[in-house]
Amino acid sequence: MSTATTTESTELAPVRTDSLTELLVAKERPPRPSAWQASLTFGWRAMLKIKHVPEQLFDVTAFPIMLVLMYTYLFGGALAGSPREYIQFLLPGILVMSVVMITMYTGVSVNTDIEKGVFDRFRSLPIWRPSTMVGYLLGDALRYTLASVVMLTVGLILGFRPGGGIAGVVAGIALLVLFSFAFSWIWTMFGLLLRTEKSVMGVSMMVIFPLTFLSNVFVEPSTMPGWLQAFVNNSPVTHLASAVRGLMAGDWPAGEIAWSLGWSALFVLIFGPITMRLYNRK
Amino acid sequence: MSTQTSGLAIETAGLVKTFGETRAVDGVDLAVPAGTVYGVLGPNGAGKTTTVKMLATLLRPDGGEAHVFGHDVVREADEVRGRVSLTGQYASVDEDLTGTENLVLLARLLGHGRPAARTRAAQLLEAFGLTEAAGKQVKHYSGGMRRRIDIAASILNTPDLLFLDEPTTGLDPRSRNQVWDIVRAVVAQGTTVLLTTQYLDEADQLASRIAVIDHGKVIAEGTKGELKASVGAGSVHLRLRDPVQRAQAADLLRRTLDAQVQAEPDPVALTARLSAAAGQDTAAEQAARALNELSAAGITVDNFSLGQPSLDEVFLALTGHDTRTSGSAASGSHDAKDEVAA
Repeated sequence: MSTATTTESTELAPVRTDSLTELLVAKERPPRPSAWQASLTFGWRAMLKIKHVPEQLFDVTAFPIMLVLMYTYLFGGALAGSPREYIQFLLPGILVMSVVMITMYTGVSVNTDIEKGVFDRFRSLPIWRPSTMVGYLLGDALRYTLASVVMLTVGLILGFRPGGGIAGVVAGIALLVLFSFAFSWIWTMFGLLLRTEKSVMGVSMMVIFPLTFLSNVFVEPSTMPGWLQAFVNNSPVTHLASAVRGLMAGDWPAGEIAWSLGWSALFVLIFGPITMRLYNRK
Repeated sequence: MSTQTSGLAIETAGLVKTFGETRAVDGVDLAVPAGTVYGVLGPNGAGKTTTVKMLATLLRPDGGEAHVFGHDVVREADEVRGRVSLTGQYASVDEDLTGTENLVLLARLLGHGRPAARTRAAQLLEAFGLTEAAGKQVKHYSGGMRRRIDIAASILNTPDLLFLDEPTTGLDPRSRNQVWDIVRAVVAQGTTVLLTTQYLDEADQLASRIAVIDHGKVIAEGTKGELKASVGAGSVHLRLRDPVQRAQAADLLRRTLDAQVQAEPDPVALTARLSAAAGQDTAAEQAARALNELSAAGITVDNFSLGQPSLDEVFLALTGHDTRTSGSAASGSHDAKDEVAA
């Protein structure tokens, strides 16, 4: 356009009703996107948001590095004789803990996003209803993968040597990301259920801290009192940590993998429909 | 779609929405003819937005029924969503994304392939004069630009019914005029528009039929002319030479015309609202009589104009309160230009 003779930046180019009319004449509508296409498009939206606000990657980069360093050197000497030995045990566990903790931000971003006008538009579109939420989680899955890679790199530098090789490590991360995707439906539920960002954060902490710390991430449960062992041994995070630890060590722990997948399915089946119900009623 | 020129775009019966104790929408009946601009006029909190949200399938009604192009908004929500677009009070686009990204995103969600989505986005940005701002995040847009990108997003696929919820609230007069131009262009192509507004002149400018709502109820409905006629035949605006004579003139007008007379802030100005009940006489005849009487009484009239009643007056007459205190009321001389065949 050659009409860019604006004197001030606030001056707007005029609306061209003639070309607008031409655009409006085209009334044919393309077929609706499939559920998967719509979800991927929302996933693309999540990536665009990362592109525009890269600072939000802080929680999947700096925070995990901090956790690895902190726990390795804090507990290493006391629990396993040396940090180098401890990290063999700790890294898969701390990986699980950090990523599961990071999932919590999903609730916050859903909560802040849902208040914005754009959600009214999304909800008035003729698309597969859950695709908005699935899109979020697809974007988040990317963040989880990034966090995993970052932590693994730090671990390798500190002396972590996975016996399962590349295949075991990739399988471990894949299982972890899958579990986190399923687990995040709890947060989408809270994000829609609670009114403010702060309350989402508060409730999330209440859930996430006991769930991640009361597990076998740091120490073997056999040192714990009986009642705690009962909880820890049945916690989904324990199953997941054992599965990821096993995969990275090179033995394929079928039982623990099955438990992790079972929990994942359960989370989706329970919290997915609740999320969608809240989403439709919002 | 386009064959549906007759018939109703929206039909509601006894629509109700309650929030706790408040009946935000309290039995609304609407019949919106397809292919027209239908104005829903009311003050803040009258229930306009809630009504629109129910019609756009965003809120579930607590009572009554609503159909959009014959489809029930609850049971056939998906059908309805396929044919409507919504532009809310606030920009219904993603503020973190750029103009182009927003339009491409929505075009993709409407089923366009990637190249088609890009083309359509670029064309719309161009038509809306936003090409220069295409790569900027929407949060850096001015109010007028936000409105434009928002409406552009609503017509990515030409909708059969477009909801415009207070499309010009907070805009400067120039941007407001531009939004009006857009609305006219959209309607000219056969799209039905449901426009909510608290600005009387906006409803006056755009809508062919208007429903006035207050406290969740429709208190009046009809064409502009019908609504205006319902409160009277019009108004006579007078400017006298001598302010001292104003009280006398007012008295005279009251007696001879059975009119409600209002003293204006200007000490020589008077407005007489002619009553429709004066019946057989047209407004012009009544006005002529008034001028004769005044001149017979020795009162000099410097300036005289005859106006249709403004929607402001309609609203005041219907609700007993003004739309807003700081009214953007159309002036009398402006009204005189309206052709209304009531």
